[in-house]
Amino acid sequence: MKKLLLALLFAPVLALASGAAVHLDKAPDVQGDKAALQSGARTFVNYCMNCHGLSYVRYNRLTELGLSEQQVKEHLMFTADKIGEQMRVAARSDEQKQWFGASPPDLSLIARSRASEEATGADWLYTYLRSFYRDEKRPTGWNNTVFENVGMPHALWELQGQQVLNKDHHFELAVPGKLSAEEYNKEVANLVGFLVWAAEPTAGFRKKLGWGVIGFLVLLFAVAYPMKKSYWKDVK
Amino acid sequence: MAANTNFEKYKSDGSLQGNLLEWFDARFPATSMWRGHLSEYYAPKNFNFWYFFGSLAMLVLVIQIVTGIFLVMHYKPDASLNANGIPVAFASVEYIMRDVSWGWLIRYMHSTGASAFFIVVYLHMFRGMLYGSYRQPRELIWIFGCLIFLCLMAEAFMGYLLPWGQMSFWGAQVIVNLFSAIPLIGDPLSIWIRGDYVVGDATLNRFFSFHVIAVPLVLLGLVAAHILALHEVGSNNPDGVEIKKKKDANGIPLDGIPFHPYYSVKDIVGVVVFLIVFSVIVFFAPEGGGYFLEYNNFIPADPLKTPPHIAPVWYFTPYYSLLRAMVWPLFGIDAKFWGVVAMGAGVVILAFLPWLDRSPVKSIRYRGPIFKTLLTLFVIAFFVLGFLGTKPPSYAFFDVIPSAPVAQLLTAYYFLFFLTMPWWSKIDKYKPEPDRVTM
Repeated sequence: MKKLLLALLFAPVLALASGAAVHLDKAPDVQGDKAALQSGARTFVNYCMNCHGLSYVRYNRLTELGLSEQQVKEHLMFTADKIGEQMRVAARSDEQKQWFGASPPDLSLIARSRASEEATGADWLYTYLRSFYRDEKRPTGWNNTVFENVGMPHALWELQGQQVLNKDHHFELAVPGKLSAEEYNKEVANLVGFLVWAAEPTAGFRKKLGWGVIGFLVLLFAVAYPMKKSYWKDVK
Repeated sequence: MAANTNFEKYKSDGSLQGNLLEWFDARFPATSMWRGHLSEYYAPKNFNFWYFFGSLAMLVLVIQIVTGIFLVMHYKPDASLNANGIPVAFASVEYIMRDVSWGWLIRYMHSTGASAFFIVVYLHMFRGMLYGSYRQPRELIWIFGCLIFLCLMAEAFMGYLLPWGQMSFWGAQVIVNLFSAIPLIGDPLSIWIRGDYVVGDATLNRFFSFHVIAVPLVLLGLVAAHILALHEVGSNNPDGVEIKKKKDANGIPLDGIPFHPYYSVKDIVGVVVFLIVFSVIVFFAPEGGGYFLEYNNFIPADPLKTPPHIAPVWYFTPYYSLLRAMVWPLFGIDAKFWGVVAMGAGVVILAFLPWLDRSPVKSIRYRGPIFKTLLTLFVIAFFVLGFLGTKPPSYAFFDVIPSAPVAQLLTAYYFLFFLTMPWWSKIDKYKPEPDRVTM
């Protein structure tokens, strides 16, 4: 009886494991690699920021990626005057809405909002940015296997080249880009790493601090438990 | 032993502190409160693991109030769009997360605290069911507790709107819409609650007001009543026997120990262990796997884009399942209305436990196999209903067993467990209770 009840209790957990969706590739974790994050920031500013803002991130925050304020100003700051400003798009969102039908979303939190039970937001982005293919039926000429009928054209096509879907529903590189497949994957991994960082710049510090806090609490336990024991000695 | 006993007033030993305390105590029941509620409040000596959760609930309440005070300093309940086209309320939460010193920690403590509150309170309530803590003479403590639970649900529901993300917005939209299913007054009622035809700035501002002022005030009052009532009749214990029946010559229960220092030092241990678990979540998994902070809620509220699947936060999902289980338009009234009735009844029925339970003993230790089996099944039903509440109604176990009939079956069980309790709690087998508590 007890076993049966236990089995019933865990049934939902097992059932949870059986769901399946589009297969998402695992994004390489580059959070510890400052050079990779800097390269991701560069790609973002050069290729994404024409349309997508990163408006919760201030430029001076990029110094946490190992850049000096001077470097940020010279290489990454094109649409703002002051280092404390937010990474906004030059275009206004209501104008963008007129141009594209929908305003391109701010990407500050995209790495968090795209997460799901199955995969992290980083995995989603990493797969998405590598899954554009030519589709003449779409107004932009582009489609995507992760995000069907996506409104955005392939912003990185120069780098990746142009993929098409073959009969078996696999990608084929029809026109090569500036980068090899391997280089492109690395470039995307860096960009995704940058977006993960931008979604929660304090995450690294948060985890570091966590060990300290838990360490302190364990010490506190080492004091509190013997104290309880000694007070309770006479309770029989 | 009751807490309102008039203890002798403090007499100074002539020192400065002594004189001050004597002056103070003559004008305020300081020592009598201290003695009645702490140093001479006699609690049974056999409290176990389950008895940590009352004090932990108090701790979480304090965490929520203190972090809440600091969040209000920077949060803006404003649904209008800022220069970047993002709602001001949503942006102010991210401002707290990024630009306010230690804001991320305060916010994560508050968001994790909400889930922790429900975990702790659910365990606290389950303790009451295990040991019959709601039985005579503690019915009123239990009723105050049920009201606290109700307040907590209102508090959590309204607080969840404030970040103004997609789930905040659509969750509130769905739940407020439920009221429109009430015959005759439904539509005007839901408009009255929202202050608008859709969830909007008016809704956000009033929910903010309720979340920050009205409900916490009621909650604090109820917590005070809950504890005063407890200290009036004294605590139950895992054996479910009354310690006040056996007293020594001084009128102190033989199995009682003063709350302070015994349970204060014990609760400190519980607090430290709780804080370790709490910190693991706050520092390493603040999203709680998408259960504490839903992924969709990192997208600003958009009244024009309905998310494909709207699920309440995990602590509401068992009751959300009760709501969804009602799909029949009985008596010609919308099924949604019966869903609301089921959800409400699911919470309210708890308050009737003291009168539904007819067993001669209180504690599970001396209760029979019927209770043990039915209670285990109840826990399983509660978990499965909670799990299903996070899924769309089309969800199927292992992709084959449709979940909707399962949820309906479990909903029926949820209510039958309570409604048939007067009968099965009487016919169960019981073991004799001991005279004194066992350690």
